[in-house]
Amino acid sequence: MANEKVITANELTKKFGDFIAVDKITFDVEKGEIFGFLGANGAGKTTAMRMLCGLSLPSAGQATVAGFDVYKENEKIKKNIGYMSQKFSLYEDLSISENIRFYAGIYGLTDDRIKEKTSQLVKQLSMEGSEKALVRSLPLGWKQKLAFSIAIVHDPAIVFLDEPTGGVDPITRREFWGLIYEASARGITIFVTTHYMDEAEYCNRVTVMVDGRIDALDSPANLMKQYDSKSMDGVFLQLARKAVRKGD
Amino acid sequence: MRTLKFLLQKELLQIVRDPSILKILFIMPMIQLLIMPLAADYEIKNINLGVVDQDHTQYSQKLVNKIISSGYFKLKDYSPTFHAGMHAIESDKTDLILEIPPHFERDLIQENKAPLLVSVDAINGVKAGLGGAYIQGIIQEYNQDIRDQWLQNPRFNEQPAIEVTFSNWYNPNMNYRVFMVPGILVMLLTIIGSSFAANNIVREKEMGTIEQINVSPIKKWQFILGKLIPFWILAFGVLTFGLIIARVVYGIVPVGHYLTIYVFASFYLLAILGFGLLLSTFAQTQQQSMLVSFFVTMIFNLLSGLFTPIESMPHWAQILTRFNPIAYFIEVMRMVMLKGSGLADIKTQILALLGFAVFFNGWAILNYSKRSG
Repeated sequence: MANEKVITANELTKKFGDFIAVDKITFDVEKGEIFGFLGANGAGKTTAMRMLCGLSLPSAGQATVAGFDVYKENEKIKKNIGYMSQKFSLYEDLSISENIRFYAGIYGLTDDRIKEKTSQLVKQLSMEGSEKALVRSLPLGWKQKLAFSIAIVHDPAIVFLDEPTGGVDPITRREFWGLIYEASARGITIFVTTHYMDEAEYCNRVTVMVDGRIDALDSPANLMKQYDSKSMDGVFLQLARKAVRKGD
Repeated sequence: MRTLKFLLQKELLQIVRDPSILKILFIMPMIQLLIMPLAADYEIKNINLGVVDQDHTQYSQKLVNKIISSGYFKLKDYSPTFHAGMHAIESDKTDLILEIPPHFERDLIQENKAPLLVSVDAINGVKAGLGGAYIQGIIQEYNQDIRDQWLQNPRFNEQPAIEVTFSNWYNPNMNYRVFMVPGILVMLLTIIGSSFAANNIVREKEMGTIEQINVSPIKKWQFILGKLIPFWILAFGVLTFGLIIARVVYGIVPVGHYLTIYVFASFYLLAILGFGLLLSTFAQTQQQSMLVSFFVTMIFNLLSGLFTPIESMPHWAQILTRFNPIAYFIEVMRMVMLKGSGLADIKTQILALLGFAVFFNGWAILNYSKRSG
């Protein structure tokens, strides 16, 4: 089934008091897709993502993730997704292999599988020999790649990445996207927010969020055609200029 | 259950990795247990005495000598007039004046009675009360001495023949430390337990790792238990360590069983750690949780009967102590250590603590939300 929808959102809304952080967004994500969520700071990307992950209760609208309702079945959703937050969230005082073991363990992997996953992961990230190093001591690029690998250690249906490459150098960003493609090839759907426009071009489809609304949704090539621009940068600038809301 | 295993493994690793935790856990109790019982002593010695002797006779001299040789008083001022004696109190040189009026000896011998005046600086109520009582006791004894001297072997003693003898049960030597050390140990366990538990979840909030937990299928009770159990075990370590100090340094061996103490402590710790975890589900930063836990445990400690007897508190405060887990533990510790009470004697207290444990932990689980509104 090529067109199976793993995420559906229908007029999904989040209000904080009078402030409408996410304003009636509607979109679908297909299985195996790399779906980019673009927008300036404060456009509502993270809030939208947190609602889909079951971390934040929507104010209105409907949404399903992996076939489960975000209102009632949020704990079932959690079994089927991986999440990498904007804030680095591995345990700094645990080693690489201890972090892998912990996160794999709480998602219910067996001991054999954990061992297998650990050696596979460490090899893939070329961190052999550093398994016992505390995460605190790793360079940022390593940490981000490790965090991503751990977010998908339980082979979830979908992984949510919130600005995963913030503050990372261009070479590591490339390697990071290498990992994303690999995961995608394994059938994991990728939902990624970013404000690097070159990264947007790696996605199958992108949405551009402005002031809590989705102003554009299509493949990067189509968007560039539609907005008569040679790069996603141009598309983004045309859309983002309309923003009234200030970034944070 | 498997999830819990991984949570516990992770918590224990983090505790072992943090050198400050283990240091605080063992050095702090040691210092407190070595210093506090010696300092927190109700027996008052070194009361500064001022004497206004306007009689200057053998009898008045004898009285003053008797008071000073009791060991409770230090002669700090010897004034000719009461006015000068008051001046010494006002300048904080003395705490208490004994005024011996003129003709003390003459009146005593001729009229068989003579007045004395004791004036006490009552700013420190405890010191004033005890100082007054001590000096009264000594004067009475002095009185008895003279009469015994005068009535050489009387056939019929005209003095009242009722004599009261005290027999101090459970703490025969009225050793203050035997009474204080178990209480201080409870206080320590409380401070350590509640503040460590309170800080723990908050630290995950500050680091951002709580998001990663919240987005996983971990159940709330698993997460709370995963935090509770490691500190529960550590607190038992502190308790054992404290009991060893009590035994080695102060020679305090419980009359009852150590096992009774441990059984009760296991319920107590569930309650107090639950309280800490509850705080941490409310607080956003470690400062908030530290301040609140400090504030609450201070009130709990003051209302616990550790320093002042619960029976002498006002009625409303006595009711409050029934909602104070520390008060129960201090009571039980003293019962087991001094009286040798067994599990059957402390049933009510165990039930009360069980209630606290269910209340605090239940509330903590309810209040910990994996999803924000």
